[in-house]
Amino acid sequence: MSLLRRRKGSENDIDSNTTHDSEPIDDEDLKTEKARREKTKKKNKWGCADSCCWLIGCICSVWWILLFSYNALPASIPQYVAEAITGPLPDPPGVKLYKEGLRVKHPVVFVPGIVTGGLELWEGHNCAEGLFRKRLWGGTFGEVYKRPLCWVEHLSLDNETGLDPPGIRVRPVSGLVAADYFAPGYFVWAVLIANLARIGYEEKTMYMAAYDWRISFQNTEVRDQTMSRIKSNIELMVKTNGKKVVVIPHSMGTLYFLHFMKWVEAPAPMGGGGGPDWCAKHIKAVLNIGAPFLGVPKAVAGIFSAEAKDIAVARAFAPVVLDNDIFGFQTLQHMMRMTRTWDSTMSMIPKGGETIWGTLDWSPEDGYDCSPKRQKNNDTKAVRQRDQGNRDLPLKSVNYGRIISFGKDVTEAHSSKIERTDFKNAITANNLANTTCNDVWTEYNEMSIGAIRAVADQKVYTAGSVLDLLNFVAPKLMTRGSAHFSYGIADNLDDPKYEHYKYWSNPLETTLPNAPNMEIYSMYGVGIPTERAYVYKLSPPSECYIPFQIDNSAEGENEDSCLSGGVYTVDGDETIPALSAGFMSAKGWRGKTRFNPSGIRTYIREYNHAPPANLLEGRGTQSGAHVDIMGNFALIEDILQVAAGATGEELGRDRVYSNIFKWSEKINLKL
Amino acid sequence: MGSILRFRKLCYVEPVKISSLLNKKSYEPTKTSSETKDEIGGVPNVDNVFDKECKKRKTKRQSREWRCVDNCCWVIGYLCTTWWLLMFMYNCLPVTLPGFQVPESPGVRLKREGLTALHPVVLVPGIVTGGLELWEGKPCADGLFRKRLWGGSFSELFKRPLCWLEHLSLDSETGLDPEGIRVRAIPGLVAADYFAPGYFVWAVLIENLARIGYEGKNMHMASYDWRISFQNTELRDQALSRLKAKIELMYITNGYKKVVVVPHSMGSIYFLHFLKWVESPPPMGGGGGPGWFAKHIKAVMNIGPTFLGVPKAVSNYFSAEAKDIANIRAMAPGLLDSDIFGFQTLKHSLRVSRTWDTIGSLIPKGGETIWGNLDWSPEEGCNCDWAKKRHQYPSSSGNNSTNNNAKRDFRVEEPVKYGRMISFGKASQMPSSQLQSLDIKKLQRSSTSKNVSSTCGEIWSEYDEMTRESIKEVADNKAYTARTLLDLLSFVAPKMMRRVEAQFSHGLADNLDDPKYSHFKYWSNPLETKLPDAPDVEIYCLYGVGIPTERSYIYKLSTTEKCNSIPYRIDSSAEASQNGCHDGGVCMVDGDQSVPVLSAGFMCAKGWKGQTRFNPSGMPTYIREYQHKPPSSILEGRGTESGGHVAIMGNVALIEDVMRVAAGATGEEIGGDRIYSGILRMSERVNIQL
Repeated sequence: MSLLRRRKGSENDIDSNTTHDSEPIDDEDLKTEKARREKTKKKNKWGCADSCCWLIGCICSVWWILLFSYNALPASIPQYVAEAITGPLPDPPGVKLYKEGLRVKHPVVFVPGIVTGGLELWEGHNCAEGLFRKRLWGGTFGEVYKRPLCWVEHLSLDNETGLDPPGIRVRPVSGLVAADYFAPGYFVWAVLIANLARIGYEEKTMYMAAYDWRISFQNTEVRDQTMSRIKSNIELMVKTNGKKVVVIPHSMGTLYFLHFMKWVEAPAPMGGGGGPDWCAKHIKAVLNIGAPFLGVPKAVAGIFSAEAKDIAVARAFAPVVLDNDIFGFQTLQHMMRMTRTWDSTMSMIPKGGETIWGTLDWSPEDGYDCSPKRQKNNDTKAVRQRDQGNRDLPLKSVNYGRIISFGKDVTEAHSSKIERTDFKNAITANNLANTTCNDVWTEYNEMSIGAIRAVADQKVYTAGSVLDLLNFVAPKLMTRGSAHFSYGIADNLDDPKYEHYKYWSNPLETTLPNAPNMEIYSMYGVGIPTERAYVYKLSPPSECYIPFQIDNSAEGENEDSCLSGGVYTVDGDETIPALSAGFMSAKGWRGKTRFNPSGIRTYIREYNHAPPANLLEGRGTQSGAHVDIMGNFALIEDILQVAAGATGEELGRDRVYSNIFKWSEKINLKL
Repeated sequence: MGSILRFRKLCYVEPVKISSLLNKKSYEPTKTSSETKDEIGGVPNVDNVFDKECKKRKTKRQSREWRCVDNCCWVIGYLCTTWWLLMFMYNCLPVTLPGFQVPESPGVRLKREGLTALHPVVLVPGIVTGGLELWEGKPCADGLFRKRLWGGSFSELFKRPLCWLEHLSLDSETGLDPEGIRVRAIPGLVAADYFAPGYFVWAVLIENLARIGYEGKNMHMASYDWRISFQNTELRDQALSRLKAKIELMYITNGYKKVVVVPHSMGSIYFLHFLKWVESPPPMGGGGGPGWFAKHIKAVMNIGPTFLGVPKAVSNYFSAEAKDIANIRAMAPGLLDSDIFGFQTLKHSLRVSRTWDTIGSLIPKGGETIWGNLDWSPEEGCNCDWAKKRHQYPSSSGNNSTNNNAKRDFRVEEPVKYGRMISFGKASQMPSSQLQSLDIKKLQRSSTSKNVSSTCGEIWSEYDEMTRESIKEVADNKAYTARTLLDLLSFVAPKMMRRVEAQFSHGLADNLDDPKYSHFKYWSNPLETKLPDAPDVEIYCLYGVGIPTERSYIYKLSTTEKCNSIPYRIDSSAEASQNGCHDGGVCMVDGDQSVPVLSAGFMCAKGWKGQTRFNPSGMPTYIREYQHKPPSSILEGRGTESGGHVAIMGNVALIEDVMRVAAGATGEEIGGDRIYSGILRMSERVNIQL
């Protein structure tokens, strides 16, 4: 009572303060109480907003508590749980090999591929305020959502020169952070770096040769002196460690490094002036991972209609980044406009023409069996048996040589039955209203409808005629590209014209350096269907549009067919067909050939794809996919062995699952 | 009865109010109801009514209960929602509000003047500010591979403090990595652009340089592991070789333009070491040949250089109390003083920092000639009146001197004896004749207390091995100058000083041609090396003035407990003198809060000025001082006119100077010397053979 009383008393005091009367309290009280009651009623109402707040508060608190307890847990618990579910995890290769006594020996140079390297802003327009030295490419891609048009503007290059537009400087991130993770949680080099560190590697013995992957290879030297820096860094590492370097290029990095090896031995000013034995003195081995030596069919589709969204890894992000409507309805056009300013995409147009990629009726991969069973089956023996069993059946061969064809029926018909009209007679008239589409630049705006028809009327294109096609639909782009890259096969490698840098990244038009002790490895994944040829159709005309698109409705007759969604697939690592990755090591450079005059030893190491067994494994430790292979334990083990001093002989020479040797044999190339 | 009436009214008339009241104090309702029951036990009818009311109320309450948890949830939810809304609105705002004018950065202004990138720039970070990352660790550091241990958010310090300390310590014998641990410097500009989120070091300078066209190819951060001695960075990481290769490369790829080097803090002596290293023949040196420096370097712009050492380093070694070598003080209240390590924070940090050789490079150099003896010091008679000094300009130097004259009478009575770097108790003021001289070498470090050290074995500091008597002996009304200080340190921490003295030297050369000076331990001491032969290279000393800076200390014996004590501590009760030079047991002089003017400026003002024996080719030297002005408002952050040791990196005037030199200007063109402090007078007093 005393408590209540005191409270009451104090209220009385307040009341008395207001009324200056203590006796007629009741009446006064009644009134004020009524008012108060109403107020409290209002307050007491559990409104919708309150419920919302309550809910959010609950969720937040629970979240925080969970987060806190998660952080408070010792770090080993998740691993413990994982082990309880899946059984003991195998040691990562680094730990395993450390126990076997492997230690750091040769310094290692990483050469990242296209798309995977980070780019940061050094100078920009007003719309990019506050992004100084922030990643525009790689990382979270947060800016794509916040200011998409600004982002596109800053990542595009100048149409004419292929260099920076005025007032914009976007530069590659340097150091290991440039490409260890592409986006948070999506590793590229990180796993390999961690495993190398286990056997003693650190910053002074590892070097990430980051370069701006958007511009052409020679321009990286002209603008950023990237190749001079790589040269200087390799020389420094060789000097301070006393051992030759092991170079590990990935994806387009292999072409870049091929270019570098020619550049470094070529005399200044076009080259680096390292002298004719620079490579022999500084390089122990080149371990090409997923090398697109002979190009990628995807690059064609990318330039033709911006549809092969995943040169390298972009596909993983494509559903989020590229396909949604952040740019309005013109996403694809915007993408196309941006990627078409990137010279480097043209380094991956299929090289070697019909000799390598096949004619209208022939291709090296003829007779490839696309049945999904084969892909899932890791056992090569079983496959061989299947092949033998199938031999009696009439094999319905796929005409892979026809890289682009219009209409599904055309892809299957024999070449003599196809009516073709040459599109070259059609004129690129300027009769479409290109002013309305000005802001979204693609060269299609400058083509007449007649010309578009004409393109479709030629029906089929091989690797050779596809170049003419691209020259026709994107003349500006191709003139820029052909100044930096070449796609042919050299008849006579001694021709002085091959001293020009545009041939350096094409293995069919250059000779390897004179370094008989060097080793070249081609390491790539197999067992995943990979884009090889496309079925196209004309898209319905609208104002600003890309007139061609992949015919998604074209499907094979049964599930064993190689055709699905308008795309013919072959064996490969999801991005690069095995032919492109393996041919040079299997045949072009094997032994002493004209492309490899000093007889550098080559090895093929294939990694058969096995999808991750469960979710806990993430992207898998046996993956063969183009980027995921960087987490493949077998590959990492091979790299560690070589870096610690092993030779290709000690590694077990070739390790082949695909038919790469059979296919290579079929290619009729003068060696 | 009145009370019962009142209570009835309370029950009948105010049920809602009560219920609301009860809701508010949800922990009370049972208590109050039971109390009321007791009180009104004698009045049954009222009781019944009340009971009914209470039952009603209870059912009501259960249906729409507004309990404490709900309240909390509601509040949290409310806060979160508003926070998100605000965040969202903040993010939606255009980056620059139309009305709010951001002061123009020097980069933009100079770009309009037509400055463009010309000379490549090399940044050399100082101690503490560079990030360190883990490459190999003990099991306790699982998952931290290539994560920052030093710099960044320091989150691991809170999560696993002892593990963190273990990984940052070095081996106490070799000064290199302990077994199984590899912590390495982060490479690239990210190494030291920000020390912690929002606490810039180089970021502002980098951004302004980028405005006039600098980028990765012509700007390089020469990061190195600042814990290990300079020569060891070469032995372990080849850091010096890499720097050499990088400078050569930048020189060539940027059209044979010489490099402008910008070292900060300890980086300035690191670069001095590099200069000597690069021209010395291998294997000890880099083998660049005698013309390397002249060929590749245009200017060396030392920011806040610690050429002659820092008194703070002494107290740090002695008692781990100068918490802010460079900028650690900014973090200290959060990091070092809290009780995360239990009560032994200081001792732990003493243990860790004693394994870092580089702190030994910051011990004052030049002995009594430079830093003063028991009765004399070059700074004597300087003006300690910081409040007045803050807004002085060189034009008012006349005013300054009269000010000094006016005060001179006062100061004659009690001049601060800066020369006594460490003094115990009254020894700071006693005339020198009364001071006992002590031959420290005669004292013995007995091993009787070995058993003590074993109980405290996990926390290694060499104090455990000292006897009580010798501890007292050291303290007993003694004063130590810069020279005797070295003896003192080698007495209290013999192992550490042996390690340090193998890597650094703190003396003053009599004859620079003595062949012993070709040893690397002399290279980082400007008083024991000759600058290379490069008459065209310019050397700048850029530093802040106008902030009181630690110069000497008054110590006392700390109450000795068994294990957890460092036997000495700064006597913070020592009374502050009227002229402001004393504060909490520390005597202050002019400087940039970490480095006294004398240390930063002496070499440029006298040691290297003109053609001296330290500078035989007569390289031009320039002093650029920046008067400290605290930021005028919170919006300015750490200020654009700060003179603080690290905050000066955001000083607009300094940035402009650096940019002009990088864009091709010479020292004369940017205005020659610019002096606010009494550095010239102080230098004059230093009696050194040139």
